[in-house]
Amino acid sequence: MKKDLVIIGGGPAGMAAAVAAYEAGVRDILILERDNALGGILRQCIHNGFGLHRFGEELTGPEYAYRYEKMVHELGIPYMLDTMVIEVSPDKVVTAMNRENGIFTIQAGAVILAMGCRERPKGALNIAGTRPAGIFTAGTAQKFVNMKGYMPGREVVILGSGDIGLIMARRMTLEGAKVKAVCELMPYSGGLARNIEQCLNDFNIPLRLSHTVVNIHGKDRLEGVTIARVDENRRPIKESEEYIPCDTLLLSCGLIPENELTKGAGIKLDRVTGGASVNGERETDIEGIFACGNVLHVHDLVDYVSEESAIAGRAAAKYIFGDSKKEISIALKTDGKVRYTVPQRLTEACDTSVYFRVADVYRDAKIVVRDGDRVIISKKKQRLAPAEMEKVELAKDVIESLSGGELTFSIEM
Amino acid sequence: MFDFAVIGAGVVGGMVARELTRYTDSVCILEKGSDVALGATRANSAIVHAGFDAAVGSLKARLNVLGSKMMAEVCADLGVKYKNNGSLVVGFNDDDEQTLKELCERGKINGVDGVSVICRDEILSIEPNIGDKVTVALYAPTGAIVCPYELCMAAVGNAMDNGAILRTKFEVKSIEKISEGYKLSSDTDSVEARYVINCAGVYSDEVAKMIGDDSFTVRPRRGEYMLLDREVGDHISHTVFRCPSKMGKGVLVSPTVDGNLLVGPTAEDIDDKENTATTAEGLAKVRALAAEQVARIDFSKVITSFTGLRASGSTGDFIIGMPTDRFVNVAAIESPGLSSAPAIAEYVVSLLRENGYEASPRSDFNGTRRPMHFFSDLSIEEKNELIKVRPEYAHVICRCETITEGEILDAIRTNPRPTDVDGVKRRTRASMGRCQGGFCTPYIIDLLAREMGVDYTAVTKFGGKSYINFGKTK
Repeated sequence: MKKDLVIIGGGPAGMAAAVAAYEAGVRDILILERDNALGGILRQCIHNGFGLHRFGEELTGPEYAYRYEKMVHELGIPYMLDTMVIEVSPDKVVTAMNRENGIFTIQAGAVILAMGCRERPKGALNIAGTRPAGIFTAGTAQKFVNMKGYMPGREVVILGSGDIGLIMARRMTLEGAKVKAVCELMPYSGGLARNIEQCLNDFNIPLRLSHTVVNIHGKDRLEGVTIARVDENRRPIKESEEYIPCDTLLLSCGLIPENELTKGAGIKLDRVTGGASVNGERETDIEGIFACGNVLHVHDLVDYVSEESAIAGRAAAKYIFGDSKKEISIALKTDGKVRYTVPQRLTEACDTSVYFRVADVYRDAKIVVRDGDRVIISKKKQRLAPAEMEKVELAKDVIESLSGGELTFSIEM
Repeated sequence: MFDFAVIGAGVVGGMVARELTRYTDSVCILEKGSDVALGATRANSAIVHAGFDAAVGSLKARLNVLGSKMMAEVCADLGVKYKNNGSLVVGFNDDDEQTLKELCERGKINGVDGVSVICRDEILSIEPNIGDKVTVALYAPTGAIVCPYELCMAAVGNAMDNGAILRTKFEVKSIEKISEGYKLSSDTDSVEARYVINCAGVYSDEVAKMIGDDSFTVRPRRGEYMLLDREVGDHISHTVFRCPSKMGKGVLVSPTVDGNLLVGPTAEDIDDKENTATTAEGLAKVRALAAEQVARIDFSKVITSFTGLRASGSTGDFIIGMPTDRFVNVAAIESPGLSSAPAIAEYVVSLLRENGYEASPRSDFNGTRRPMHFFSDLSIEEKNELIKVRPEYAHVICRCETITEGEILDAIRTNPRPTDVDGVKRRTRASMGRCQGGFCTPYIIDLLAREMGVDYTAVTKFGGKSYINFGKTK
């Protein structure tokens, strides 16, 4: 099989990329989706708060996904469901499998990687104690409750204040469970401020900052956890240990871009984001292979996933039509307070949005972008936090006027 | 009345039961857990030791060397993954070098092939990531790795295919001498057998007491481990031990047959035979020691940690014998128990024969079994042929390990059948990967519930009260 464009993943990123590529003139597109429906993780995110930027209204996850699914249908963009991609080669041969076709290969003109991310599991956290049932990532619990209609717990402690954990604190409460605490290792929340307000504060669920779970108890089903305050080096303080009886521990300790296929193709990854290193067009270091959405870097809002994926879709179209150009080479550097940028480099002089996250909470700070010693952007911010993605716009003429091969992004007080 | 009752479905019980089915189909395996391989079998170092450790003349030495030589063929017959990767026991100073030379000599006397003591340069040429301070090593080319619970499941499954019966959730509480044999009772049920083989792991001393044998005790020795992602599984190719001490062979770093990296164990004698909790201190210790043996281990790739309980006996050697008529203890099978298991099974039969058991080999015994992971070993063409008939082999359930619905259904329908999520995991590797079941657990529950004809909420993580879901949402 041959296709001009193969998109791996039919979630918000894959669909938005497909629609943008179609609108830019590509017709021979195929979306490969491993689940039994388009929509990705949005299908289980039945809460609202999606789409304010993209559609100017508040939608639930499934509603947001459906907007794009409808576009995919209306444009007649083909897709395969229950189809798992098992390999992408550097020369863009995609190997996949499904019931109808068995294991098959597609020679793609261009590939867009849109596989999303996964949650950090318990094992990776190395919590001491027993290994009973009742420990789930927040997303798995969300799947049980929202997709399967079952309750995985009655008395709940949540470790990590990532957004899915906060959302599930509220969701489990609404379903009759008692959420006893949300423990966060860091002195600040890992989730959006609005979720702290709407999901914890509105339900009187305590957020225990600088706290972690140090021990797990129970033989068959979880019976309780020991939590402890941590010092400034994030080491648990023995004297502060506290036992909380509970039958469920939900983990919301970070998301990891799912880049096994990317690695298999030999694409260079960014150590900080865990995703591919890309240029402004979201092209990886292999020409014609693009990446967008949470597989590239973990976004805070799906609206920005759509925006980024449209960039990748249009860029893939340009590549397919032979219109892409690499006229410049500018590396985007960071100072550590800015943890990373996406894109990581610019190869085309055009209006470009640069996304990034910061390493800590900063108040009354400035985002500063420098071309050598010359400050080209300085933007005041009342508050910067790791949970929120930041964005800086670089205009075409600014990029054209750069003197060096590097731009440095920093946070200054 | 059965010919044999085997108490305990660990790797020793499994291998013994299989060996017995060469002679009779009247074998009953009694297991207190909800599945096989739940004791030391599922949480150990997964090593086939070459055989230089055990004291010259001990049962351990004899059965280790023999078992190690049998293992490749047994694994081939049972379709179990086995890899002869060789092992290194590393030393850091002159004292260690002396110990290693003694070990090397002992190995030669024990009958281990090809052992030699090698210097740092030689080590580096075969294992570039060896620890910076390692100066010397004992190299044993016959060292190997195997998946212990897979070997156990395959052995029990093969025994069942040859007529054995597995009774799970049957905890033997008392044993009564009856004419021509024994009556073994749980709280709710009983089984009669002419012979009893006690393979009850850390509980084998308690089982022996039921017939009045209090000649030995078994204490659990805790060992904590960490398992790392397959991404770093090729960091080393040999099993890297450190120079032994009184508390056993110390921490090892080893690739596994599934391509992960295994690091551990600690060694701590305790009294609680169920205490498999991990501790922050234990894991920190494992980390520190391992880092001396192997350089640059990326501990950020740990995907799970666990604790195993080794059955450490009061005599220092394996305790295999017949304290009374028609009753065999196979006790204190600590390391190198896995390595010895095939030889232990044969030894038990020879012991029975010496004590009057008469039987000739069955003509209908089939000692082979389809590999549990046969599908992943097929070529793409072969897979596609199979998918045409069974399309569920093209439906991936576990993304991280690429395990399909077909493989999971096969596992659920094959002896010994799993009844819970962890059982499916041990048989297929589904949910054993980097996401640790985050995505696939809900689907595996679907398949188990459907195949067993039970409600979604009745499916447990590992039997007992390990429920996953409590009921419907509002």
